[in-house]
Amino acid sequence: MLAFALKRLGLAVLVTFTVSAISFSLLHLSGDPATAIAGENATEADIAAINEQYGFDRPFAEQYAEWLWNAVQGDFGQSYYFKLPVAELIADRLSVTMTLGVCAISFALLTAVPLGVLAAIRPNSLIDRIALFISVAGQAMPSFWFGLIMIVVFSIKFRLLPPSGSETWRHFIMPTIVLGYYAMPAIMRLTRAGMLEVLNADYVRTARAKGAGAGRVLFKHALRNAIVPVVSLSAVQMGFMLGGSIVVESIFALHGAGYLAWESIGRHDLPTVQALILIFSCFYILFTLLSDLANAWLDPRIRVG
Amino acid sequence: MKPIIATGAIALAAALSSGQAFANKADDTLHTAFSKELETTDFYFQSAREGTILARQVWDGLVYRDQKTGEYIGNLASSWEWIDDTTLEFKLREGIKFHNGEEFDADDVVYTVNYVVDPDNHVVVPGNVNWMESAEKIDKYTVRIHTKGPFPAALEYLAGLVSIYPNEYYAEVGPTGMGQKPVGTGPYMVESVDPGKHYVLKKYDDYHESPKGKASIGTIDIRTIPDVNTQMAELFSGGIDMIWNVPSDQATQLKAMDQFTVSNESTMRIGYITMDAAGRGGENPFQKKEVREAVGYAIDRQAIVDNLLQGSSKVVPSACYPSQFGCEQDVKAYPYDPEKAKELLAEAGYPDGFTIDFYAYRNRPYAEAMMAYLAEVGIKTDLNYLQYSALREMQQKGDAGFGFLTWGSNSIADVSAITSLFFKFGNQDFARDEEVKNWLDAGDTTVDGEVRKENYSKALKKIADEAYWIPLFSYNTNYVFTKEVDFSPSPDEIVRFFEMSWK
Repeated sequence: MLAFALKRLGLAVLVTFTVSAISFSLLHLSGDPATAIAGENATEADIAAINEQYGFDRPFAEQYAEWLWNAVQGDFGQSYYFKLPVAELIADRLSVTMTLGVCAISFALLTAVPLGVLAAIRPNSLIDRIALFISVAGQAMPSFWFGLIMIVVFSIKFRLLPPSGSETWRHFIMPTIVLGYYAMPAIMRLTRAGMLEVLNADYVRTARAKGAGAGRVLFKHALRNAIVPVVSLSAVQMGFMLGGSIVVESIFALHGAGYLAWESIGRHDLPTVQALILIFSCFYILFTLLSDLANAWLDPRIRVG
Repeated sequence: MKPIIATGAIALAAALSSGQAFANKADDTLHTAFSKELETTDFYFQSAREGTILARQVWDGLVYRDQKTGEYIGNLASSWEWIDDTTLEFKLREGIKFHNGEEFDADDVVYTVNYVVDPDNHVVVPGNVNWMESAEKIDKYTVRIHTKGPFPAALEYLAGLVSIYPNEYYAEVGPTGMGQKPVGTGPYMVESVDPGKHYVLKKYDDYHESPKGKASIGTIDIRTIPDVNTQMAELFSGGIDMIWNVPSDQATQLKAMDQFTVSNESTMRIGYITMDAAGRGGENPFQKKEVREAVGYAIDRQAIVDNLLQGSSKVVPSACYPSQFGCEQDVKAYPYDPEKAKELLAEAGYPDGFTIDFYAYRNRPYAEAMMAYLAEVGIKTDLNYLQYSALREMQQKGDAGFGFLTWGSNSIADVSAITSLFFKFGNQDFARDEEVKNWLDAGDTTVDGEVRKENYSKALKKIADEAYWIPLFSYNTNYVFTKEVDFSPSPDEIVRFFEMSWK
């Protein structure tokens, strides 16, 4: 198990390294950073001065090596755009994204799993149909549209919730629902499919036969097995929510890490983008690892295997 | 189970609706929004419109340009005179204090100027300041600014682009500190900065007798809200009192609702079509004058203004914004005439037109309208819609010679901020006309206004005759604010909070 874990960790480091190298090259290929930093009003002399100042005229490999060396030592440099230490900037933005991500995935799990279970217990019943409708709607609605509809209803019509900002918990309600709803359909459908499968499995029939209560059969025997792929899926969704909540963060003016990453690409703010990519890839790796561990706990066969 | 959910929802709704703060004049706070995350509040280390807007509230220049008369009035300076072609002497006002209590005198001007012109300090837009050589203290309230060569637009630049910093404070905190806690002499003090996200300004009660006038509204609260729909939602729900840069179709709807004041004002930004007349990117049809003229006749610019830009936008005839100093208006015009365009193309040897790449970086619908007009006369285009920086990079290499671009002149009301930038053999100059360059040089380095006008006029007339550029239209901005706000926007696209008041 330890050797397995170490091997996985080594692989993870390699993945992170590759991701950062590729993103570094892509950013350099996609346009001239000096022109982006100088802004629209810059003259050519301005751009030349910036090229020299930031050393963009140096060989590409040299620039990457320098960045990597500093990053390994925990120094992500200064944001070209905000002129602030990248670590400070990201810490601030990440807290918003983390809050939103955790709330959204919790919302998704808390609604999707019970709905999926209910739908599986009574397949093709009214509740199954409703669950199907909800998940199809969630999959089909673009989040920017859903977000705006929420704003129209809850902020403008009823004036219950503030449309934008991140000052209080009330600011997080609509973004949580919009982002969580996006992740919900997949989780629900997977829960339903898994439950349907295991509810027809021999060991569930055996459990029923030996007289186990309905609740015990459902949760201890069936759900515990059906939930394994859901855990893996949630880990991926969580990673997506931390890096990919750009639209939601933008609509609700949350100023999180996803929006920062998106904007930083346009601004060619290389240190910020590089640091964010590193952090996002670490998150993905961390969540995958956590889901593996959770699955091993849920399913002893994975532990042994 | 159902009743529990129902009660829960009602309780939640009740909890949520309490304590909702609405912006209004009762708490003397104007809430508004930026669309873009501002890099830093240190004016010299950013290049955004938002930064210019903030700077006008927090800092002062030596002089101020009156929006109505266009005249320069002393602000931190009380008077000035040209000692010679490259020396401008200022008498400073006495008794002015910075927001932190520091006294304003010649040392502040000298420190600020010498700091920003020093190439080692790497201000973001050196072109704004590097026409100055240095500043020199004569006595406590007299200071001289030395320019590198004759620079006739000096006062315009000083009014718009040179904010005076407190020397002791800036020496201590530097650009990072100024970005977190800006200190100036302006009508508003900065109370808090959450970088890129949130800025709170408070009225400066000890503001000096400046032509800007004292601020009326007590607090200005600015949040960054990137999505224009969200900005409108905030406006509707009472979260903010004012927004700007509202797209024309939405502004029209808002106007019809009669709940808000919608005010439209032109900006100094103009759109233009550039063509590779010099053949920098290799042989191309635009090296023929007839083809360039055909482009001018092919596009119905008035229709684009009427249908897409709307508001106070106008077709511009010349390669500059009409109110800029030296912007000759009496130049060859290219009215919409597709037949003539076809004739010219045939004359140039393209009776069936040709196919070519067309570059653009903003306002895609405008670009597409132009492409449709061009297609009608036979010029078929493939659109390359790029990030601005990518487009600039291509032009540096001589590529992307045919495209729709725009320029805002940094709100500098002088032709040297636009025509001279583009037609003096720089890397966005696809005309490379020696004669035009010489006229512009003469205009840029003469202090005599009449001589300048004469030279700029010659240059602009030739640019139009040769159709190096097809100037298109001026841009406009829609400002939308609640009926409680008293505000009239100015044509330089700078929001002056200190001129606003409650009705």
